[in-house]
Amino acid sequence: MDSFSEELMRPVEEDDQVEASVGSGPEIYLPWLSQHVQSTVSRGCKGTNFAQTTSICLNFIREALLKHQWQRASEFLQCYLQTLEDFNSQKRQVAPENIWKLGSEILYHHPKSNIETFSAFADRMKNIGVQNYLKISLQHALYLLHKGMVEDAYRNLNQAESWRYGEMSASQEKLIKLIQAYRGLLDYYTWSKKRTELSRFDTDGFATSAATQDMHSYFRQASVNLHEIIKIPGIWDPFVKSYVEMLEFYGDQDGARQVLNDYAYDNNFPSNPNAHIYLYKFLKKEKTPEDKLINVLKILHQIVPSHKIMLEFHTLLRKSEKKEHQKLGLEVIFAVLDFSGCTENITAWSYLAKYLKQIVKEKHIDWVQEAWSSRKDWWPTFHFSYYLAKKNWKENKILAVKKAFTSGILLGKGCKYFMYVCKQGRKVQEKSIKTVKRFVMKHNILNSEEL
Amino acid sequence: MDFDEGNDYNERCTQCAAVSWKITDEGTYYCTSCLNVTERRKEVESVADFTPNTKIQAINRGLKKKRKLEKGWEWYVCEGFQYILHQQAEALLSLGVCPKLKDEVLHNFWKRYLQKSKQAYCRKPIYSNNNKSAVSDSQMSLSGLDSEPELLSIYSCHLSESEVESRSDISSKLIFPNIKTTQSETTSVCSGSIDGVEYLKQKEKGILKMTLPMTLAFCYMSLLWQRETITLSDLLRFVEDGHIPYINTYQNFPEEMKVYGRDIRIFSIESWPVYEDIYEKIIELGKFLDLPRFPDITENCFLHPNMLCMKYLMEANLPDEMHNLTCQVVKLTGIGEVDFLTFDPITEKTRMVKYDVQAVAVIVVVLKLLFLLNDNVEWSLSSLAQENNENNHEGKPCFDFRKWYQIMKKIIDEKQQQREEFKAKYLWKSEKPLYYSSADRSVVYKRRRMVMNLQKQFSTLVDSAPNSEKKNPTSFQLKWTKEEQNTTCFHGHSLQEILQKKGKSLTTLNSQYWLSTQKFCKSYCKHVTTYEESNFSMSYQFVLNLFSFLLRIKASLLHEEVSLIEKRLFYKKYETKSKASKSKKSKKILKR
Repeated sequence: MDSFSEELMRPVEEDDQVEASVGSGPEIYLPWLSQHVQSTVSRGCKGTNFAQTTSICLNFIREALLKHQWQRASEFLQCYLQTLEDFNSQKRQVAPENIWKLGSEILYHHPKSNIETFSAFADRMKNIGVQNYLKISLQHALYLLHKGMVEDAYRNLNQAESWRYGEMSASQEKLIKLIQAYRGLLDYYTWSKKRTELSRFDTDGFATSAATQDMHSYFRQASVNLHEIIKIPGIWDPFVKSYVEMLEFYGDQDGARQVLNDYAYDNNFPSNPNAHIYLYKFLKKEKTPEDKLINVLKILHQIVPSHKIMLEFHTLLRKSEKKEHQKLGLEVIFAVLDFSGCTENITAWSYLAKYLKQIVKEKHIDWVQEAWSSRKDWWPTFHFSYYLAKKNWKENKILAVKKAFTSGILLGKGCKYFMYVCKQGRKVQEKSIKTVKRFVMKHNILNSEEL
Repeated sequence: MDFDEGNDYNERCTQCAAVSWKITDEGTYYCTSCLNVTERRKEVESVADFTPNTKIQAINRGLKKKRKLEKGWEWYVCEGFQYILHQQAEALLSLGVCPKLKDEVLHNFWKRYLQKSKQAYCRKPIYSNNNKSAVSDSQMSLSGLDSEPELLSIYSCHLSESEVESRSDISSKLIFPNIKTTQSETTSVCSGSIDGVEYLKQKEKGILKMTLPMTLAFCYMSLLWQRETITLSDLLRFVEDGHIPYINTYQNFPEEMKVYGRDIRIFSIESWPVYEDIYEKIIELGKFLDLPRFPDITENCFLHPNMLCMKYLMEANLPDEMHNLTCQVVKLTGIGEVDFLTFDPITEKTRMVKYDVQAVAVIVVVLKLLFLLNDNVEWSLSSLAQENNENNHEGKPCFDFRKWYQIMKKIIDEKQQQREEFKAKYLWKSEKPLYYSSADRSVVYKRRRMVMNLQKQFSTLVDSAPNSEKKNPTSFQLKWTKEEQNTTCFHGHSLQEILQKKGKSLTTLNSQYWLSTQKFCKSYCKHVTTYEESNFSMSYQFVLNLFSFLLRIKASLLHEEVSLIEKRLFYKKYETKSKASKSKKSKKILKR
């Protein structure tokens, strides 16, 4: 018995025996193989403690960043820097980017940090590995902009733009374009400053014309770069806006319209609500026929049905003479109120109330029913609960009346919201309530259904 | 100008057939008529024959200097390890270990290793890569001196202190009698040491290769031979805390011992030593060195379970009275026997007791005997003790498991957090950066400078008072003194309430026991049992985690040891293999 247990206590010994027998005999049998596999597997699972250290360290940094403990974070980052010297070349290559992200975040918030420390850090990181030079340069410039150092940022972008590193700069062409675009944006900034300066001294003369020329040169610089970036699919709102503004200033309306049209309608570009809004505003300023405006907003309605421009869209549609536009107008105003951000938008509710009234009078109850059918399950609790009635009445009586009117039409006179507001209205002798009540008694979609 | 420089080379030029040679800056000959450069080098020996000539001397001196900068000394891998062992031994001595450890024990082990691995102290050192030695091999075998190296009697060889100091000099004289110091240029390109490349390729059967973890095996074996009061887990903890050189030891090599290329794979390590790994290495090494039986571990030794149990009971803040029980378990299981405890590498089935793990396992078994640790009995016993303490304010207080748990849990969580932070902040890279080839050198140095600059920058953002002072080495990681704030020292608490008198003997109030395992793996994998945390009670897990944290081992290793102790304690249960699995009844009668 004892020997048995002793045998168990010596697993190592058994292994050795197996190995020895292999050494002496020519044939290989299974146990040796299994041991071999086992040991390689266990070795494979084990990472070095170095890797363990860096991953724990990263977790600590993340935690400290989340808790805004900048000192603690920089303490750990100091140790995390050793990832730059990792023997694993793959890990070593991603290290600079990680360190840049963490370090810039820390330096951005750290109470002891200032512009000099940030710039020193950025300059150091730019030169560790060529891969991140442009990205860091750009972010550095943005940081400087944030601190109001426009000239330094400009110089930085200029420097980054002229950076060349063999094939590396070719593969980062897009990044260079982006840097150029930001430089263009800064040129635009100068241009716009000059413009306001110029408008202040509106005396003619040599000085003014020189200033105008100066301004024009900024326009040319900016427009070249901005024009380039806009061609690449992407979201370029600030670039487009400033480019269009300059084009407009120099009277190139067609050019501006073309830019905005491309930006909004090119299928290669990601869907971008702002593109349609810019186009709409531009066209509106140009006094384009309403049909065209409606077409622009139709797309926006599909992307962002809750946008505040939708109220404008609704009025456009209501005014239109086409029946389909009028019908769409109802759907648009309903859709605006589907969103929780708009539930207390008094304009939207009064538009809806007014429009419902108009439609009912025009005997288009089927439109209402159509729009209502998908909402009747959830609107009563979403908009017309007893709690909301009390709350709305307390906070905003006009809103409450509008909503009560709507609820009366949609849900009939038995609706809780309607009843509550009517009851309260009777107490304060509100005149409008009476008219509302009278109208609802006559017209509501429930009645019409019964018919 | 003296044209004598090229005179000793008289062959015709392959291009123009002229015999008019001069020496280039690289030391090769070139033809003065057609500027053809040969591969022939100027032989250095011939320099001596020259009449003093300033130009030649300048060239030659330049050549030598250049070589030195690149290569430094010519050194062998085993010299590097010798240097590391030397450093480690010094560190152990500064921890207060008997000086004999270095000069007599470790030194002898090392010499024996060199001899057994045929690197020195034998007639025929192996270096199969070297053509010359291969030639001499065949000559030797012809002359009848074959495989068996002549063993020098190592026990008679004691070196004095001064000799040890200059060991590296001695070794360079003693070792490698066969290898000429001129090695082919190609090998030295890939490593700083002469045999670094070959060393990694070497896969000879029966030769135990030196590695960094192996240096710790050497250290521990010497400690064991001396019966010092340092356990393996202590040793590894000192390594982790930086009291014993292990990581980046190469940076303390003499300036001229360049480490690069393949040497990195030998001398650089990015992991702390693992208990089981070193444990296995010790057994392997003991067998390889063919060592005799180690000095006996008797009851008076620190490594005897009774002694160690006392130590760990104190460290874990458990009552002194438990020592009586641990002694009984040790006695019943027979793990306190000298033959069981003493390491004997040449017996048929070599094994070494994991002294520290075993002692801790005994404590866990005793805790199980007393409190069952099934997440139920221990808490009801605690309530009993608490009640008792509230009513009785005189005499020794009863040991309250719940209270102990709360205090230990808090302190262990704190320590664990500290350790995580320590791990996260550990700097692995040395000041002397490593590079694989001379082409990398400048890049690696530049990167090192960058990191240092960045570190300097961020150091200004850190709290001005960093508490980074090095902890002093200590055997006790947790200290419990009477009446310290917020904690209770349980050493003086009594177990009266949980032990019952039965005639002349005492039994535990708790009359049940469950076995950690009934099935032992018989496969060839390294573990004896499997430990799946979720299968066990919370308090058992806590106790395991507590002790494995103290020893810095995996909880599964401790669980394994607990199972083995139980197996010895309840061997009858295993013998009859009685059916049901857990909650085995066991009336353990503890004699007083």
